[in-house]
Amino acid sequence: MYLCSGITLPCLLAGLLCMQCALAAAEPPPDPLASVQWPHMAKVLLSGHPIVFDERVRILAPKAAENVRQVPVMVDADAIDGVRRILVFADLNPLPKIIEFEPHDGARAVLGFRFKVQQSTPIHAAVLASDGVWHVGGVWLEAAGGGCTLPSLASGEEAWVAHLGEISAGLWSRPDGERLRFRVIHPMDTGLAPGIPVFHITQIHVLDEAGRELGVIRPYEPVAENPLFSLDLAVTGALRLQGRDNNGNRFAARVAPR
Amino acid sequence: MRCGVLRTIMHGFYLVVLSLAWLAPASAAVSLDYQLKARRIAPDVYVFVGANEDFSLDNGGNILNTGVILTDDGAIVINTGPSRLYGEQLRRAIAGLTDKPVIRVYISKLHPDHFLGNQAFRDVPIYASPRTIELLHDQAEDFTDNMYRLVGTWMRGTEPVIPTHQAVAGTETIGGHEIELLILAGHTPGDLVLLDHSRGVLFSGGVVFNQRGPTTPHADLHGWLDELQRLSRLDFDLLVPSHGPVAHDKKPIAETAAYIGWLDQTFERAARDGVSMAEALYLDIPGRFSRMAVMPDEYQRSVSHLYGAYEDRNLPLAKQIGGE
Repeated sequence: MYLCSGITLPCLLAGLLCMQCALAAAEPPPDPLASVQWPHMAKVLLSGHPIVFDERVRILAPKAAENVRQVPVMVDADAIDGVRRILVFADLNPLPKIIEFEPHDGARAVLGFRFKVQQSTPIHAAVLASDGVWHVGGVWLEAAGGGCTLPSLASGEEAWVAHLGEISAGLWSRPDGERLRFRVIHPMDTGLAPGIPVFHITQIHVLDEAGRELGVIRPYEPVAENPLFSLDLAVTGALRLQGRDNNGNRFAARVAPR
Repeated sequence: MRCGVLRTIMHGFYLVVLSLAWLAPASAAVSLDYQLKARRIAPDVYVFVGANEDFSLDNGGNILNTGVILTDDGAIVINTGPSRLYGEQLRRAIAGLTDKPVIRVYISKLHPDHFLGNQAFRDVPIYASPRTIELLHDQAEDFTDNMYRLVGTWMRGTEPVIPTHQAVAGTETIGGHEIELLILAGHTPGDLVLLDHSRGVLFSGGVVFNQRGPTTPHADLHGWLDELQRLSRLDFDLLVPSHGPVAHDKKPIAETAAYIGWLDQTFERAARDGVSMAEALYLDIPGRFSRMAVMPDEYQRSVSHLYGAYEDRNLPLAKQIGGE
């Protein structure tokens, strides 16, 4: 800039170039899936930390959503050291944020769940590790659409009220710990279906028998009705699950090994 | 001057656009022909062979085999195809085979590619199993919408026509042909299988797939295995599946049963081991099954249709301890 004397055209151009350089430094790396929403997603959801695309963030999902209300996804970032937080979002969903998971000591960076999809969209999983960097992976999901604006199946009947918050679960011993799978009875209404207010589980804490917290799951609206979660834990023995929803309902259960 | 150049360029661009616009409808009109060709597989028995692939804009939904039996009284049609257009072209092709009228239509099951040509046969009794008719009253509109999404312009003017007559299991003689109907459940809740004893031809509908991944959106796997066992005991020379080539032996029955049995055991074992649904999508598929057409896509669809029930059996109610 100091080469420019006065406000001349070359000076303005150089200034613009410099501004672009500055912007480029702050801009996220380009998305390998070329998601049109990626720059916006990165800005809104991942600001404050550098971002890298990382093949160690593995996402299992179908190529095409056969059931738009229940798309199964599993994120595995266990190959990355010191994972503090996993955030999963679908760029083109009307409510992009799907779920967050904070694995503590004793929980691996693995999370399985299902979600409601509105249209074909990239699914991104962003993993914040102890290096202070967002490690990001992505897959493309084809979908006919409509999952988010449909009423929950439960909203058409009354039976679910008696079972709200009820937990079914299985705990499998694995060589390196245990696999926890559990389902919570809950409509998980997005608020986007006409006349049905938003109603979803907001947090589930996973604790060992001594009460030590192993991890926290934070589901958002798109998580599927009667959600089923899968976790891999580096502990053995029984567990306790404690959760609540956005209406203040609380639920809890004890899960013993099979 | 520059503006002049620009205008010339834009003018040329408009000309290109205009000429493309002129061509587009013409080429689309030409391609909306299913090119149905009757293949004679036995005396008086013809099959219109569909592509052994998934629905696409290229095949216009023509992925199934429809059949015609020319009896002394008139033609019996087995399935009417995926669209009004297909039904009309099928009817014209049949008129090229016989001067006699179409006297009956049989629909094998509720899936859209089997019955959406019914509009072209409104003047003919259309038979299906009672369960298929019942389910179509609920689902025919959704199926039709989905087909519009999958094959687009081929569906123009297609509306679902529910079969008019309930088929009854048993044997009757129609125009010199001894026709046996079996009404079964498994692949769908209302499978209709037609056996022409006079010609030794079995129209298996969706109960048997040949060299193509079986579809499971309405399936009960154990019921399906029973169905296949029943069909394997029948006496016939030729097997016409809804999807895949016509067979001269019972091998496709055994292959379909092997796959359905494998699906059931694989899901059972995976759910018992705590495998998540997303992981189940990517389990290894043995080569004899992964080589079938539309695989692994059909396998992945089956995970979505069926795996949840296996998971449920492995997730007992936990001890609820009340929120705190």
